Amino acid sequence: MIALTIDGKEIEVETGRTLLEAARENGIHIPTLCYHEALKPYGGCRMCVVELETPRGPRVVASCTYPVEDGAVVHTETDQIGQLRKVAAQLLMARAGHTPFIQELAASVGVDSTPYTLPTDSCVLCSRCVRACQEIVGIGAISMANRGSDRVVAPPFSISSADCIECATCVQVCPTDAITLKLITDRNRTVHVWPSEFARGACRLCEYHADEWMDVGAQEQTVHG
Amino acid sequence: MKQLASPKELEAWRQEILAGVDPERPCLRVCDGTGCRALGSQELLGKLHEALNGDGGENGKVDVVATGCPGVWEQGPLVSVDPQQIAYMRVSPDDAEAIVNETLGTGEVIDKLLYKDPSNGEQIVKEPDLPFSSLQTRRVTALSGQIDPCRIEAYLAHGGYAALARALYDMDPEGIIDEVTRSGLRGRGGAGFPTGVKWKFCRQSQSDEKYIICNADEGDPGAFMDRSLLEANPHSIVEGMIIGARAMGATAGFIYARSEYPLAVEHLNLALAQAREHGLLGENILGSGFNLDIDIRLGAGAFVCGEETALMASIEGRPGEPRPRPPFPAQSGLWGKPTNINNVKSWSSIPLIIANGPEWFAEVGTEKSKGTAIFSMVGKINNTGLVEVPMGITLRELIFDVGGGVPGDKEFKAVQIGGPSGGCIPADHLDAEIDYDSLSKLGAIMGSGGLVVTDEDTCMVDLARYFMNFVQEESCGQCLPCRWGTRVLLDILTRICDGEGEPEDIGRLEELAPMVKVSSLCGLGQTAPNPVLSTLRYFRDEYEAHVIEKRCPAGICRGLITYEIDEEVCTGCMVCARNCPVDAISGEKQEVHHIDTDVCTRCGMCMQVCKFDGIRVY
Repeated sequence: MIALTIDGKEIEVETGRTLLEAARENGIHIPTLCYHEALKPYGGCRMCVVELETPRGPRVVASCTYPVEDGAVVHTETDQIGQLRKVAAQLLMARAGHTPFIQELAASVGVDSTPYTLPTDSCVLCSRCVRACQEIVGIGAISMANRGSDRVVAPPFSISSADCIECATCVQVCPTDAITLKLITDRNRTVHVWPSEFARGACRLCEYHADEWMDVGAQEQTVHG
Repeated sequence: MKQLASPKELEAWRQEILAGVDPERPCLRVCDGTGCRALGSQELLGKLHEALNGDGGENGKVDVVATGCPGVWEQGPLVSVDPQQIAYMRVSPDDAEAIVNETLGTGEVIDKLLYKDPSNGEQIVKEPDLPFSSLQTRRVTALSGQIDPCRIEAYLAHGGYAALARALYDMDPEGIIDEVTRSGLRGRGGAGFPTGVKWKFCRQSQSDEKYIICNADEGDPGAFMDRSLLEANPHSIVEGMIIGARAMGATAGFIYARSEYPLAVEHLNLALAQAREHGLLGENILGSGFNLDIDIRLGAGAFVCGEETALMASIEGRPGEPRPRPPFPAQSGLWGKPTNINNVKSWSSIPLIIANGPEWFAEVGTEKSKGTAIFSMVGKINNTGLVEVPMGITLRELIFDVGGGVPGDKEFKAVQIGGPSGGCIPADHLDAEIDYDSLSKLGAIMGSGGLVVTDEDTCMVDLARYFMNFVQEESCGQCLPCRWGTRVLLDILTRICDGEGEPEDIGRLEELAPMVKVSSLCGLGQTAPNPVLSTLRYFRDEYEAHVIEKRCPAGICRGLITYEIDEEVCTGCMVCARNCPVDAISGEKQEVHHIDTDVCTRCGMCMQVCKFDGIRVY
């Protein structure tokens, strides 16, 4: 067991846990976006930053990836942390301020508008879908493409992927409903902007027939995470 | 082929090589580094051989050696004539015959090929007397431009691999790490972490496999220190790596080099093959029982792959994206095994420390930054090129004495140190000593050694925009602050330079830049805002002039300047009107001309072509 202090509260957790897990298990709230219980931590959104006391002064780390250390003293709600989360939320608002999830997340850190401008898109590049496809489904049909602000989630060459089994796990984990499921016919589905030409009514993994859980009559349906 | 099985055999071979060296034998050393090649050194070499008419080479009367770069790029192609050490610059292939017939034949010095001091016009004949060379302390680069990098014999003749023999036979791993620690060597890649401490961490990690990596993914715009070393003296890096592997117990080594450096990679491959051939690399090195092989991995040109964890991901075949630390590479690096990664300059410092002792290494430098620093000086500076100077030299000495100052009558404005991750230091701080700690206090970083000098004609907002554009394009996009923060910072800077900035934009920069610096996942994002922050710190007035007065003080930002013809000066020669690409200039012959500012695109062509200096910028 490892003993550490978070926001003045003395906590004991198992070795190998992260600061975020230790905090949440002890009722301390830290906002997150790219974090998902079922996925490996990614450290991409930087909403979960916390301050770690070090001999050289406070150090900002992402709590979702930082492992618990014996004797660590952590602060989750300092002025600096508040400021960092605020600016991160403003950037998210500039990108996807039209999505309820981002509005709620931003509101939770006191942000309701943004002074910045970015090309808008519902996808906030949290990589949950990419990681779910790789880690949970074991397929890796989609990945991150391009660098920097040109980054997008895409199947190879942005064309229909023969590897996609249309299990809709990506749809399930997407926080901002950027990935939607469309019924083209009652047997053909398509995911997001990557149209699939493969007639496949059910997920190959679970053999779960699409007709049984989706409204076959609907021409378009969104599955919420 | 000699397979060396002991230090004794190595020394015997060295003596054999030295016995064959005649110091009085004429030799033409021709720089054949990437810079001089671009300027025609290959053709020059051909012409020299032609002029020598069979006398060149080992069997002839004159040696012709293609070397790496001695540092003075701008003056290339360079030819040095030994034993007199006459330094010729800007040599064209047409000069080959004169060099052979006059200098080699009659001993006559060719004046027009000599270096001329820009300050007093004095000509300098001998290589060691060049101000550029004489003010330097060349240690790591001592052999650059002196030896043929493609021959292991040339490296051995200068004491090569003696340090390795000592490390394998006379020292234990702890002893090696102790000497590196005592030398005070700090990571030359830029962060300045003490190398000995880093090695100790890796040594202490228990594992059946351990790796060492040489980071040769130099990517800063305008910086060529690593390329030059790799081209000019690849064996020193290989030797340093083997010593490091022995100290840390590494089982394999990798050199991660940019594929944009084909000559460096060619020389490295040659050096590795020669070392293997002679029993200095591979199984049972020098008969000591120690095994190590080193492989080269080529990067595809992503700047972020210079970041150690992204570099390792790239070697593993994954996308070049960094990962959070801990775990540190010393605990879990390449393929999850303990890994030590050092920069090219750090590795090539190792043989010098082991051969000459840590005290020798620490003789130069400041209290906390020992040894020398290698800078590539570019921008508005007379002596463009690569220099090696002691840590602790002042910026003034470096730029004005070694670098020869700013060309023309222009005023020095600031110096950008540390590449796109570095910061701008203004004239007020010219007397600051250069070391890791003082530079970071001034808002810059030592970085890998890129140094861009700016003069009064440089707009600092435009400079910040340039570097932000670079990091924005090179951000991998994994973490939010770097992905979108740099994008928004660039958009704001572009807006300001286009004349569309608003006073609130300065506040936006000041709020966003520190967040990107503190919140980003890896070193790229954590240093990306430095050019913005340091120019805001020292040149805030220029930002304010742009957004409040709508004026670019340096006269650079096109959205904020107006070109006008000085009526007093204009002779009506019509040259400007004829050259204006958008026909914005009107006027009859021998009458004063006028620029239509609505049509003018501020390209500056009229200013360049006016013989009477009659174009004004407001």
